[in-house]
Amino acid sequence: MGITKDGAAANKTAAASQTFQLHGVSCAGCVRKIEKALEGVTGVDEARVNLADKTLVIQGSAETAACVRAVESAGYGAEPVQASARVLREQQREEEQRHYHHLLWRAAIALGLGIPLMVWGLVTGEMGVNNTFQQLAWGSVGLVTLAVLVFCGGHFYTGAWQAFRHHSATMDTLVALGTGTAWLFSMLVVLLPQVLPESARHVYFEASAMIIGLINLGQALEVRARGRTGAAVEKLLQLQDSSARVLRDGAELDIPIEQVRVGDKLRVRPGEKISVDGRVVDGSSLVDESMLTGEPVPVKKSAGDLLTAGTLNKNGSLLFAAEKVGADTRLAQIIQMVKNAQSSRVPIARLADTISAIFVPAVMIIAVVAALVWFNWGPDPKVAHMLVVLTSVLIIACPCALGLATPMSVMVGVGKGAENGVLVRNGKALQQATDLNALLVDKTGTLTEGAPRLTDIESRGNAGALLQKLASLESHSEHPLAEAIVTAAKQKPLSLSPVTDFEAITAHGVKGNVDGTTILLGNSKLMQREGVAIDEWQQKSEVLSRQGKTAMYAAVDGELAGVIAVADPIREDAAAAVQRLKQLGLRIEMLTGDNAATANAVAKQLGIEHVHAELLPEDKEKIVVAQQKEGAKVGMAGDGINDAPALARADVGFAIGAGTDVAIESADITLMRSSLHGVADAVELSRATLRNIKQNLFGAFIYNTLGIPIAAGVLYPITGMLLSPVIAGAAMAFSSVTVVTNANRLRLFKPTRVAAKQVEHTNNSIGEGDS
Amino acid sequence: MATLLINLLGLIAIAAIVWWFWIAPRKQRLAAIGADAQMQVLVKDGVYSPDRIRVPANEKTVLHFLREDPSPCAEWVLFPDLEVSAQLGVDQLTEIVVHPKQAGEYPFHCQMQMYRGTLIVE
Repeated sequence: MGITKDGAAANKTAAASQTFQLHGVSCAGCVRKIEKALEGVTGVDEARVNLADKTLVIQGSAETAACVRAVESAGYGAEPVQASARVLREQQREEEQRHYHHLLWRAAIALGLGIPLMVWGLVTGEMGVNNTFQQLAWGSVGLVTLAVLVFCGGHFYTGAWQAFRHHSATMDTLVALGTGTAWLFSMLVVLLPQVLPESARHVYFEASAMIIGLINLGQALEVRARGRTGAAVEKLLQLQDSSARVLRDGAELDIPIEQVRVGDKLRVRPGEKISVDGRVVDGSSLVDESMLTGEPVPVKKSAGDLLTAGTLNKNGSLLFAAEKVGADTRLAQIIQMVKNAQSSRVPIARLADTISAIFVPAVMIIAVVAALVWFNWGPDPKVAHMLVVLTSVLIIACPCALGLATPMSVMVGVGKGAENGVLVRNGKALQQATDLNALLVDKTGTLTEGAPRLTDIESRGNAGALLQKLASLESHSEHPLAEAIVTAAKQKPLSLSPVTDFEAITAHGVKGNVDGTTILLGNSKLMQREGVAIDEWQQKSEVLSRQGKTAMYAAVDGELAGVIAVADPIREDAAAAVQRLKQLGLRIEMLTGDNAATANAVAKQLGIEHVHAELLPEDKEKIVVAQQKEGAKVGMAGDGINDAPALARADVGFAIGAGTDVAIESADITLMRSSLHGVADAVELSRATLRNIKQNLFGAFIYNTLGIPIAAGVLYPITGMLLSPVIAGAAMAFSSVTVVTNANRLRLFKPTRVAAKQVEHTNNSIGEGDS
Repeated sequence: MATLLINLLGLIAIAAIVWWFWIAPRKQRLAAIGADAQMQVLVKDGVYSPDRIRVPANEKTVLHFLREDPSPCAEWVLFPDLEVSAQLGVDQLTEIVVHPKQAGEYPFHCQMQMYRGTLIVE
């Protein structure tokens, strides 16, 4: 729950403050002038100018345009800084693109020097320094290399130095030490060849340049691959509109989305996106909500219905009042939730976290130890071998691959979930969803629609006339089943008559006078009490009960007139979803407050074997606890009405669909679509993500545990060769690209569908509903 | 003589690494931040500065991150234990509100964990 609270807090702060970029500000005097000018603007609680970055931050509800005018009246310029996530993301993308080209240039320059030098070395074999001419020639090459190192790899050295000052060591440290040592040793060979044995007078300028070039190239490819991992959030951000058409003083006005306030009336035309959350005031239209819920069928919206920012208005024109704007919209909160989840910790990565914390210093120690071993016990030329081993070990070790292994997969996995209407709260939920073995499902609202409907009416005479009388009577009742009957009558449409002498008889039914006739509606106990014979319809009533429906007898003037049944219809895709969940190895158990007969009937239709019926709300949590005590990993799916404690208690709580806010707060995974398929999607997705994380972690561990000893020369006795630092550099540069690329494979994830069965069942339930 | 010297240098290097990276940081002094003071954290050259931030428990604290490093490593800052994260724009101040409930040390870092810092909640 931490996310929502902290996240919301962060959003509120952002919503209440506006930031402006100032022009023409140069001294402390200007600061005072601007702050003074803003004091007169209504709605400004506090105005603060930051002279260093020439920005102005205004707290309060002041209008943007008024603030700009005030600054301009003081003789300066101000322009609002668009701090919306979408704009930020665009800037980020441009920055990334620039950085990518930078890296490519650096790589090209460094490789442009390194490759010819390496070819020279391979072809002529003359990399030694044995006379003054060679000293001069290699000295010049050394200086050129230094220039290239500084120009193309300067950031590695400054980064390493900064980290060192802070007692920390990063990848920069390894790169800087590796290339720095190679360059310094080569310079020593050039300047003072006499201090080294003849066999060790070899220069390694090409290695320094090649390593810097390759690592820049690797980073460039990584920037590219990483850009794609955020594709899901990008898609969500693109749903946010940049402007809205607001009704002001009778005229329609296009204004930037940031200036829309709660209560504004907005117009949205066919084919346009809905810009903020609100409620329809006038008009009616079909709205496509598939981008948020995954529900393909557009929803009809008319006066009083809620609209969600980011959804698409299809065919009509709507006028609506803004209820939530900026960071408070549902879309903004989904984006925030996805972002938070994408960066949360997955328990499986704990070992990798521990290792990466000590990784770099440990590699430095290994490098020194390996170098000493070669110096003391290795074959000649000892000094050259020592240097090669030291450089290769430092360069081949890749803390990035280890550090990136989990976050990249989580980023793609959580994003993929959002695309499929599955919002995962954090990495822990993602991991726990993989090893669930029982799923408790709340019947009402999850397996069924949650709103009872009239399913059957059987009468001796005109069914419509009987329904009209019963609906009139029930319009006085507050029972949930009564509403179903009244709604059915209104849909026909039948007009209701006045009722006199209405009486609700607890646990029996209702009684009253409609149009001069006495009507009874209730169970067999009511009929018995009122002396009405039910023999004729008893069998029909029992058949209906066995189908999971609530059957009631209707009597007119003391004589039985018919039977009517009300049921909460089963969701059309519930059976297919249950089937999928079973195939995923989950034991499905149904929880419901309904009586055992109805519950069993529904369970039978859905293929659920375990049923817990006649439960009180608090029993649901107890069942979760009991199953956990037996060692089961329990998932709980519900819409949050009465089951929030059970959702919170379960190993993974799934809040279904249009669920309540409480459910979304207490759930680990929120399903945007009102379908149990979402649970199956979530389980499949979390399994795919965990598999991907394991592959990445395994790859990164194996790479380092094999790479470092090879670089240290363990294969020398067999191959008679040491690993070239250049190859070490290439391996290191591409190991993190590999991890990111593997994580990107997750983008291909698609939940399985049991399409045929779903269609078949849809037809059945539509038939049932109409009968 | 040279052999002895090089071995000695190697051992000194190892001791120095252990001391500088593992032992010394524990003795480091902490940057302190009051409940209502606003603190800026510079994200540059592979380090957060300051990288140890003291905040009060059970209170909201606003941290201002200024990212100057364009490399993608620096793009995100994560507080995994607090389930708070933020995307940092280059050359921009990003406000991050933390509200830790319990005292303790909460690490924060970039995605790759190359940038590292600790939030000390008291």
